[in-house]
Amino acid sequence: MTTGVTDPFAYHAPATVREASQALSRYRGDAKLLAGGHSLIPMMKLRIASPQAIVDLRNIDDLKGISETDDGGLMIGSMTTYHELITSDLVNSKAQAISEAAAQVADTQVRNWGTIGGSLAHADPAGDLPAVAVALDFQIHASSARSDRTISCDRFFRGYLETALRANEVLTGVSCAASGDGSGSAYVKLANKASHYAIVGVAAAISIDAGGMCTAARIGITGAGPHAVRSRRAERILVGKELTSNVIARAAQRGGAELAGLFNDDVHASAEYREAMTKVYTERAIALAMERASG
Amino acid sequence: MNQELSITINGTEHRLQVPSRTLLSQLLRDVLDLTGTHVGCDTSSCGACTVLVDGNATKSCTMFAVQADGCKVTTVEGLASNGDLHPIQEAFREKHGLQCGFCTPGMMITAVQILERNPSPSEAEIRSGLRGNLCRCTGYHNIVAAVQHAATISGGE
Repeated sequence: MTTGVTDPFAYHAPATVREASQALSRYRGDAKLLAGGHSLIPMMKLRIASPQAIVDLRNIDDLKGISETDDGGLMIGSMTTYHELITSDLVNSKAQAISEAAAQVADTQVRNWGTIGGSLAHADPAGDLPAVAVALDFQIHASSARSDRTISCDRFFRGYLETALRANEVLTGVSCAASGDGSGSAYVKLANKASHYAIVGVAAAISIDAGGMCTAARIGITGAGPHAVRSRRAERILVGKELTSNVIARAAQRGGAELAGLFNDDVHASAEYREAMTKVYTERAIALAMERASG
Repeated sequence: MNQELSITINGTEHRLQVPSRTLLSQLLRDVLDLTGTHVGCDTSSCGACTVLVDGNATKSCTMFAVQADGCKVTTVEGLASNGDLHPIQEAFREKHGLQCGFCTPGMMITAVQILERNPSPSEAEIRSGLRGNLCRCTGYHNIVAAVQHAATISGGE
């Protein structure tokens, strides 16, 4: 028979968010939600995680699907896979950076299972979607058995693998505004050659008016530090100006300034290298988002 | 902590009880003796264990069998029908798309997915589609040629 490559656990696959949240409460923090499983299962094999119970979200229909909101924005269920994001016309037309980031995650097999909710809730410091969440100003919806709430992406990522989600909450979906005329978004990354995780990944969302002035800018950075961050110092240089290559280059020099002293330093890249590449990729992300905003 | 599941593998329905921590790759190889699915790295890097779950290429070492409850699974043993090789198998034979053969079942299953989603892929699209499958012999040249050949004999342009 089979040998155990993870510790044993009780398995639940409830049909409602309420039951999933109740299961989390019942195990008092010793249960893990399973979405695509492509971060959790490897962690369980390494015994980094050994939960008493797994609560599989696959049977909860409320967590699935992509739709247009009343105000023309996007609503994406947390169990939406990367493959579904990549192939969704709605996502491609309204928030290109999302599908662009999803297409750069790992490989075909992983993209068939990995989900947007799993990526955000896991908050891997090198995950791709967290940068996009920050740049596109995601509103992150979470429910427990008792209440529902919405968390701004600016307050969601707290630390290494740490989010604002409470122990009994299920991330049910995300919503964001659509990029209309004069706005565009992009995600670019320097990928680790073997794992394809982001050594540095930068997402940018840019809006410009008819006169070519930048009216809004948001920049999200992943891979570089302990969690995805917003680079307000770079954004400030862009807003109110015409985005000439000089202005973009100046903003890029401030890209990731928030991470001073916090840049990851590991076998994949030194802190100095990440800091330098953050500036390079910030410049590329802004330029690409601006090109789309102008087009 | 046993769990009941019902799973259809290569067209045959199985009703089983397995420990919840059983991986799909373990169910296939150790319980059902379908050893065509290979386990290389066991860390979801190499893709040797790739099978189709409801038509989606899946690394079976990174899925618990219970997650596939109610699903249809196709392994390399399910590609040929009535003794006739599947076009992808025919193409791997014709173009010598293998050296040691260890990665071949996963390569072929992923290739089936690539062609199902895009019947006439470019070489770049094939290479990108196979990114999750590693060949330790580095025999990629003929593997890519085999997928191109399979597209041709299956009627893709």
